[in-house]
Amino acid sequence: MSEILNMLDIVKCYFLDAEELVVLNKINLKINEGEFVSILGPSGSGKSTLMNIIGCLDVPTSGKYILANNDVEDLDEKELARIRNREIGFVFQSFQLLQRLTALENVELPMIYAGVSPENRHKRAAEILGRVGLADKMNNYPNQLSGGQQQRVAIARSVVTEPTILLADEPTGALDQKTGQQIMQLFKELNDEGRTIIMITHDTNIARYSKRIVNILDGCLNEGAVS
Amino acid sequence: MLKESMKMAWSNIIHNKMRSFLTVLGVLIGVSSIIALITIVQGATGSITSQISSLGADKITIQAMGTRLKQGLNENDLVQLSRVNNVSGVSPTVSGKTSLVYDRNVKTGVSVEGKNEVYFKKESDILARGRGVNILDVNNKNSIAVIGYDLAKELFFGTEPVGQQILINGNTVTLVGVLNESSGSILGSTNNTVIMPYTSAMKTLGVRNITSVDVYMSDANESESITNDLTTILNSAFNYRENTFSVLNMQNIIDVIGNITGMLTLLLAGIASISLLVGGIGIMNMMLVSVTERTTEIGLRKALGAEPAQIQLQFLIESIFISLFGGILGLILGIIIALSAAVIMDFTFTITAWTIILAVGFSAAVGTIFGLAPARKASRLNPIDALRHV
Repeated sequence: MSEILNMLDIVKCYFLDAEELVVLNKINLKINEGEFVSILGPSGSGKSTLMNIIGCLDVPTSGKYILANNDVEDLDEKELARIRNREIGFVFQSFQLLQRLTALENVELPMIYAGVSPENRHKRAAEILGRVGLADKMNNYPNQLSGGQQQRVAIARSVVTEPTILLADEPTGALDQKTGQQIMQLFKELNDEGRTIIMITHDTNIARYSKRIVNILDGCLNEGAVS
Repeated sequence: MLKESMKMAWSNIIHNKMRSFLTVLGVLIGVSSIIALITIVQGATGSITSQISSLGADKITIQAMGTRLKQGLNENDLVQLSRVNNVSGVSPTVSGKTSLVYDRNVKTGVSVEGKNEVYFKKESDILARGRGVNILDVNNKNSIAVIGYDLAKELFFGTEPVGQQILINGNTVTLVGVLNESSGSILGSTNNTVIMPYTSAMKTLGVRNITSVDVYMSDANESESITNDLTTILNSAFNYRENTFSVLNMQNIIDVIGNITGMLTLLLAGIASISLLVGGIGIMNMMLVSVTERTTEIGLRKALGAEPAQIQLQFLIESIFISLFGGILGLILGIIIALSAAVIMDFTFTITAWTIILAVGFSAAVGTIFGLAPARKASRLNPIDALRHV
């Protein structure tokens, strides 16, 4: 299996009033295609910062980060935007759907920035919404959908451009346990179809759905047990 | 991408109907006041100019105060003046007030004017009935007169004045024509005037000098050179003394009025521009609120791969849309205001392509200028902070 993510000695520091705060301390992480990795850690462990760097929303202070053969170092805003569009599919804890758009239009969003034609966008978005079990809810607005359904729309949006990595940040955090389990089941299925998934969570029960768990504590990574 | 940005911008405008409407209103008021003011001033200028032109844009008026030895112009001077290039004729005006008797009616203080054949030839529509003054009347100092419309009605109610004899300042004069009713101008009307050959009028009124002459131009474009030539003749006629005469060119007056109204247009447009500026600030305010409100959306769009330039374009198009919308509605409202003003103030309504381009161009510029700062702010948001924003 080919390597799609490689982090070498990633350090992230923040400076607060001349005081240096090391959030990530020499992170080394390799992820291969088709993996389902949980990054497990309590709040304040630096897992959100790590997620931002993996998702190219932020750049490391030092270290090397290679994502799908792209060296993320020294990229400008525009190039980072392109990388995010092509390589990353985000799933957020709070879904982050645009309330003014229908489920279908929300799923189409990343394809607009990828430059896909309107006809192909509709076709593709409808296909994916069918895949996550929302074929009959395509023209509903987010507020007409349950939390679980909204997260399914968000997941559909994250995979619609066939990104290299599906990056989920506490995807079940805003859902009840039963719905959360259904969502995790969906992730599992998507992984079985060959998609690489990285999930950030503090919940051991949720992390158990993944094939590999990486613990993060005080900015340091420890390879954990594989479930 | 441009089409997508337009679609997104439009959806945002529609979503915030009330806010968008109020912002559009700000631009609308600015643009409509500019359009209305410019159009009204231009219309009024046109009306004033045409009124002045009707007094004779093809005419130069000479007022001769003269010197102590020579208190006016004489026949010889008139001949010299009429020989100037591009002059088609000169008509002296002698005027005075005297008494008039017909039958048993005595009218005092009647305005009597002396003119020549050139006047009746040039002002051909002045005569209603009968004939005007001809060259023989002038040369022979004939005791004839043409009577004004109101005066004729008053003295000869029901009977034909032409052929009747009246006494002007004690001299018997035969009426040969009646003037048309004059609508009047800023120089007064001829409705209560009696016009005689100027030679006879001088005799009747006891006037010895010609102090006012109208010079008719065959080419009004040459008014400047004609004025120069006339001045040369008059200078030599009055021995190069200062303040002995004045040469009044209607074209000069029209030019001066044009200058004044031009400045007025600029001034009013400047004042109206202030309201457009306020409208622009309204746009900026709305867009800044919009950017703050949609911080999470901007963060999400960036996470999904929107480039800073694309975010900027989306917000910029939104403000340009609002502004253009206000500009077009303002143009329509401005035209309606100007049209009503044209009807009320009685001038011809004209709108130039230039005015329309100005309105649309101005509003687009306002949208761009005042939308740029908020759009840049949106494009520079850090996606992490933006996504965390609640």
